[in-house]
Amino acid sequence: MALSWSVLELDPQAEADRICEGLRDSVARLLRKRGLVVAISGGVDSGVCAALAVRALGPERVLGLILPERESSAQSAERARSLVAQLGIESVEQDITPVLEALGCYRWRDEAVKRVLPGYGPGWRMKIALAGGLEGRINHFRLIAQAADGDSREVRLGLREYLEIVAATSFKQRVRKTLEYFHADRLNYAVVGTPNRLEYDQGFFVKNGDGAADIKPIAHLYKSQVYTLGAHLGLPAGIATALPTTDTYSLPQGQDELYFALPFREMDLALWALSHGIPAGQLAEALGTTEERARNIYRDIRAKRNATEYLHRRALLLGAVREVESVG
Amino acid sequence: MKLHGELRQFILDNYLLTRDDSSLGDSDSLTGRGILDSTGALELVMHLEERYGIKVLDDELHPDNLDSVEKIAAFVERKRA
Repeated sequence: MALSWSVLELDPQAEADRICEGLRDSVARLLRKRGLVVAISGGVDSGVCAALAVRALGPERVLGLILPERESSAQSAERARSLVAQLGIESVEQDITPVLEALGCYRWRDEAVKRVLPGYGPGWRMKIALAGGLEGRINHFRLIAQAADGDSREVRLGLREYLEIVAATSFKQRVRKTLEYFHADRLNYAVVGTPNRLEYDQGFFVKNGDGAADIKPIAHLYKSQVYTLGAHLGLPAGIATALPTTDTYSLPQGQDELYFALPFREMDLALWALSHGIPAGQLAEALGTTEERARNIYRDIRAKRNATEYLHRRALLLGAVREVESVG
Repeated sequence: MKLHGELRQFILDNYLLTRDDSSLGDSDSLTGRGILDSTGALELVMHLEERYGIKVLDDELHPDNLDSVEKIAAFVERKRA
């Protein structure tokens, strides 16, 4: 039987009801908190999570956080504000640039970039992108930088520079999470994590950064299902149709370029197909590509699962503490 | 065989954190055994470039060149030839 895109169809009403019931039950009974904190980026994932939180608990029990920094897009923050207004929730906006400067986020990153691109400096913008996996090669990161005059450079990143750029950039997600927990603690609320299934399965998150949360209400949903839910929930148009970006580097960047290698709809179907044991030939037919490329897609998905497995692990204990082992 | 021994030792020392020579065969798949992921591959490339004075090109970042001690040794020998 041919692989059909219909496998990703979702009954948004039923799913929203189910998630809201889960949110109410989890917050009250398991977490024993009084409300939810959601950091709203201006993208569809956090928008859907915020709307679900409001539907589940009411606007008076949801705090929205808007946490821009000097390299995040002004439109993202604007969209986040429009959602806060639509949902009628309390919100706090804090520019995290001074915190990131104090931690050395930009300095550490820029020094690593300069080592591979000596001309890099003020006025330049940059991003990193994953390459190799879909051609059957080993994944590696490339640095793409653009000078103020438009001069563009691209180089392969070596180990030290790659690790340092990622470590420095991860300050952004970790600072945001620190603030989310500050506000959650002061209000006795729980923190919502907003990954979709692609991000959760493929390890596209920062450990103890955006990967940290008390509850992740849409981690089981494919990205196209999140859009379906967003439309059903009546999110503002700019958010309901926002393309997945990283909003992390100074050059504009899609999530597919940084990490996933495929546009999200194709990635959804590939992930579904691999998880349901569909042969590569059927995926190739559905995507209109070659069987070899479909095999490389499967290999790439498995490689990312393997490489990021540790992100899902709790801290390992080397002796049993049975009294707390049953806590999920 | 000196090259095989050096490469095996590098992987034992840095990836498996062991001195037990028997824990890695020269033909063992490093990705198949979960020893080498994309970050590990970058580390291996850095070592090969620094230790053996070769330049690994983008197209050469391939499991055929890097997935076992045997394949790495053959790749280094080809590059040095």
